[in-house]
Amino acid sequence: MSQDVYVVAEHFKGKLVEVTFELLGKGRELADARGENLIALLFGHGVKNLGAELGAADRVIVVEHPQLESFNPEAYSAALVEVVKTKRPAVTLVANSSMGMDLAASLSVGANLPLVAYAVDVKWEDGSLLATSQLYGGKLYVESQFVGAGVVVSLLAGASPADKGRTTRGLPQVEDFATPPLGGPKVRFKQLIEPEGGDVDITTQDVLVSVGRGIQSADNLPLVQALAEAVGGALASSRPIVDSKWLPRTRQVGKSGVKVKPKLYLAVGISGAPEHIEGMKDAELIIAINSDPNAPIFDYAHYGVVGDLFDIVPVLTERVKS
Amino acid sequence: MNFVVPIKQVPDLVEELELNEEGTDLSRDTVKYKINEFDDQALEEALQLKAEIGGAVTVLALDGEETDKMLFTAIAKGADRGIKLMGDFAGGVAMHAAAKAMAGAIAAIPYDLILTGVQAVDDRDGQLGALLAGYLGVPQVSVVTGVRVESGKAVVRKEYSGGVMAEFEVDLPAVLGIQAAREIPRYVAVSRVRQVMKSATLEEVEVHNAAGDEGSSVRRMMKPPKGSRAQMIQGSPEEIADKVIDLLKAKGLKK
Ligand SMILES: Cc1cc2nc3c(=O)[nH]c(=O)nc-3n(C[C@H](O)[C@H](O)[C@H](O)COP(=O)(O)OP(=O)(O)OC[C@H]3O[C@@H](n4cnc5c(N)ncnc54)[C@H](O)[C@@H]3O)c2cc1C
Ligand SMILES: Nc1ncnc2c1ncn2[C@@H]1O[C@H](COP(=O)(O)O)[C@@H](O)[C@H]1O
Repeated sequence: MSQDVYVVAEHFKGKLVEVTFELLGKGRELADARGENLIALLFGHGVKNLGAELGAADRVIVVEHPQLESFNPEAYSAALVEVVKTKRPAVTLVANSSMGMDLAASLSVGANLPLVAYAVDVKWEDGSLLATSQLYGGKLYVESQFVGAGVVVSLLAGASPADKGRTTRGLPQVEDFATPPLGGPKVRFKQLIEPEGGDVDITTQDVLVSVGRGIQSADNLPLVQALAEAVGGALASSRPIVDSKWLPRTRQVGKSGVKVKPKLYLAVGISGAPEHIEGMKDAELIIAINSDPNAPIFDYAHYGVVGDLFDIVPVLTERVKS
Repeated sequence: MNFVVPIKQVPDLVEELELNEEGTDLSRDTVKYKINEFDDQALEEALQLKAEIGGAVTVLALDGEETDKMLFTAIAKGADRGIKLMGDFAGGVAMHAAAKAMAGAIAAIPYDLILTGVQAVDDRDGQLGALLAGYLGVPQVSVVTGVRVESGKAVVRKEYSGGVMAEFEVDLPAVLGIQAAREIPRYVAVSRVRQVMKSATLEEVEVHNAAGDEGSSVRRMMKPPKGSRAQMIQGSPEEIADKVIDLLKAKGLKK
């Protein structure tokens, strides 16, 4: 059992993704608190060059194989389980991303390690790890303490600033790890499917009026559409609106939707689940209208209105127009 | 084809969530429960697959709050079989233990595709789907929004960020964590559920809630820290509108 802290570096289309640096920042903190090493894990095919960007880590361990070319839940998990079983780190940090959701639990079962998910923070306290998770759609925080050692924690996006993980301590040493058997393959990657274009690109808009399940029915959408037009912006939405087929997928803001950073984000009838927050928390000005005074969206908005959107939106639209 | 859908009751987030005195759990007698929304999606996808290629849908749950009603509702929607896993789950159950208990029960019935919800709003210790797949020794993919079955294999789409998806071909049996079904989950009238409660029966299977699988425990539950709360705008709709317009003006977004 080593005392090192391991971080799974996530990359997509040949580039490291933002959350990797957030993990590195948090990992650095955990390692420094005890004077231990931070190790970044890189799985892929022809990805060794990315190691140079992981300078916040002391070392980078690379597993390469054609089967790891694109993310694959089976092959990546097999590689991760083998490295962790061999090296036995004190902590392994994984992103609570689409890929990480497959990896963290597969690692936990494959290497028989305790797992806490949805973490917004993790720290040492009296020699033990303490993880704080955001649950119940962001309405409650839960602190977990661990029974076993060698824990796996999956971190929500935004849990730690990425800048910290970009601070390099020089070129890290990059070492190969012999590729273990990667399974089956019972899961075979076929292709990437890109979103259809042709709709408004909400990532380039200065003003977004974003609508959530509080709108109740597609018939009520013109109400928020009118507000969007009045303020000279575009209509965006939370996921359920898109899943209900009321708006095209291109309008979805959040974890699986797009990340937006408009000058104004007006959230109407959106609760502010962590998966939605991930996509809009960096907007310059966030104003939220919600009938529930405890809605988590108010923890991220700059200004909040507790009230019925059906009372407020039409009046606001009228006044903006005149 | 045999579809298995594990489903779960979770606290309705529309209601105010109160904590118990120790601050270690919700004050359970004040909680209003509903089916986890992604489990509704998983069930819908299973029912759609059954309609498309034939087969049977089994819904399965650990015994808990209003489990019978939830399982009967699923049967009323078209599931063929409801199984309730009986054990000592009163104090909550660790994910690893839940997954082991389910794996044992599922291994005893025919299964080709297990469709779980992508996540439950109240589970802190990991993705049940991947754990279940691990214990059953079958492949898994989560965050799935499109399932086809072709020549005995599943072709699934996994969502990444930015609307990008990856398509995988997966050998069966397999576990899929469903994010959204192809259709909006169907609605069933309460009267129909009542009918089913009279005519259908649930199967009960004893399982063992193995202690020692916890790995981690809750130290404290709390409301979000208040530090970063929004500044609240109050007044009549007209007053609110005027204040919002002032903010837009200050930001240079309105003349
Ligand atoms: C892997 C994964 C990825 C996800 N990706 C995304 C994503 O990209 N984007 C996304 O948005 N979600 C995503 N989700 C879903 C997310 O977890 C939430 O389910 C979703 O964001 C909730 O949307 P909502 O706020 O519109 O609905 P709800 O949570 O149902 O909230 C509706 C809100 O409307 C309020 N309301 C109701 N009536 C009124 C009224 N008359 N006036 C004012 N307010 C009212 C309610 O108080 C409530 O707060 C993802 C989930 C998973 C598991
Ligand atoms: N106690 C349970 N009973 C039945 N199904 C469950 C239970 N816990 C989790 N699940 C299933 O696993 C999915 C993912 O939950 P989780 O990974 O715990 O967030 C849920 O959407 C359900 O389909």
